[in-house]
Amino acid sequence: MIIKVLGSGCNNCVKLEENAKIAAKELGLEAEFIKVKDMEGISSYGILRTPGLVVDEKVVSYGRVLDVNQIKELLKK
Amino acid sequence: MFQWFNDVFLKMTWLNEWVGHFIQWIGVDLQSQFGLVFQFFLYDVIKIFILLSILIFFVSYIQSYFPPERTRKILGQFNGISANILGALLGTITPFCSCSSIPLFIGFTSAGLPIGVTFSFLISSPLVDLASVILLASIFNWKIALAYVVVGLVLAVVSGTIISKLKMEDQVEAFVFRKSDLPELELEKLTTHERIRISTESVKEIIYKVWLYVLIGVGIGALIHNVIPESFITALLGNDKWYSVPLATLVGVPMYADIFGTLPIAEALVSKGVGIGTALAFMMAVTALSLPSIVMLKKVIKPKLLIVFVSIVVIGIMVIGVLFNSFGMYLL
Repeated sequence: MIIKVLGSGCNNCVKLEENAKIAAKELGLEAEFIKVKDMEGISSYGILRTPGLVVDEKVVSYGRVLDVNQIKELLKK
Repeated sequence: MFQWFNDVFLKMTWLNEWVGHFIQWIGVDLQSQFGLVFQFFLYDVIKIFILLSILIFFVSYIQSYFPPERTRKILGQFNGISANILGALLGTITPFCSCSSIPLFIGFTSAGLPIGVTFSFLISSPLVDLASVILLASIFNWKIALAYVVVGLVLAVVSGTIISKLKMEDQVEAFVFRKSDLPELELEKLTTHERIRISTESVKEIIYKVWLYVLIGVGIGALIHNVIPESFITALLGNDKWYSVPLATLVGVPMYADIFGTLPIAEALVSKGVGIGTALAFMMAVTALSLPSIVMLKKVIKPKLLIVFVSIVVIGIMVIGVLFNSFGMYLL
């Protein structure tokens, strides 16, 4: 599983990545985390609001800093 | 009745008295300079945080119905100046974070919106925010707050229209247009419960983001209020000085701060005899433009358009400042 966090590096993106890492760990998932910081990369996913969360190239959330439980729900799908 | 509401809930005059009692109770002389600075600081900080928390909650709730994805769709159906006007209006109710301004710019432009319309949106969004308008009414009065909304929207519409007329689409970096075949993300359908949750999240997030600016802003405000001599301030920014508005604007442009942090400074300046237009020009310059946002915009637009954008906004703010200084006495 590849999890990408889209965002230019503001606090929200850092927080989202932390939460996503905890969520993946608690679910026992083998996940590779990639930060996408450049604007071209971020916008290629079509999101208007950062931070964005992409799981295996699918945008699952944008514009919100999800907490650990919310991310767990998304990862289970 | 209205006056009472304003005093109790917006100006919170009772809070000022309580803070006064508290300061005396801990043994500080209220008439001393330290006591005065302390009272102003404590009262303003508590007031702003209370108002901020309540306002952001309700504003975020309203905003959850107007995500930028929907705004983009609506704007796509309009042309010419009506698109600019709508862009400016939607800018006031679409949730916006400065760190999202570039993805938003790319998303709007690649969907075929004219850049002028996007600029109308990008100017009004930080400038005329619902929460800040109510705070403005709390610090000055409703007439000033409404006048601020009107001139803020006019600035956004006029600037965007000029940028449209200049036909500067070639001034946008090429990769922005390459994205036109993007899959459109489906809009999340939110329940009331989720909207409340999002609103609570954004209260926490915004307080976390702005608390330092508020403290610094109120601190500077308290110093202006009680420590810095009035003669010094009026010599620099007095209404009789032709350079007061340009000076306040140019000092404000590079600064990055939140509108909630700049309001206490504007308030203190006005109480020291600075023109309302000068204070508002400073506030608008700080919120509409900042060095970080200019640096970010530079990644997607070329220098020529960047210079045009910054100049139009700066000149617009100066004109607004001079107008408020000339006619503001009818509003105070």
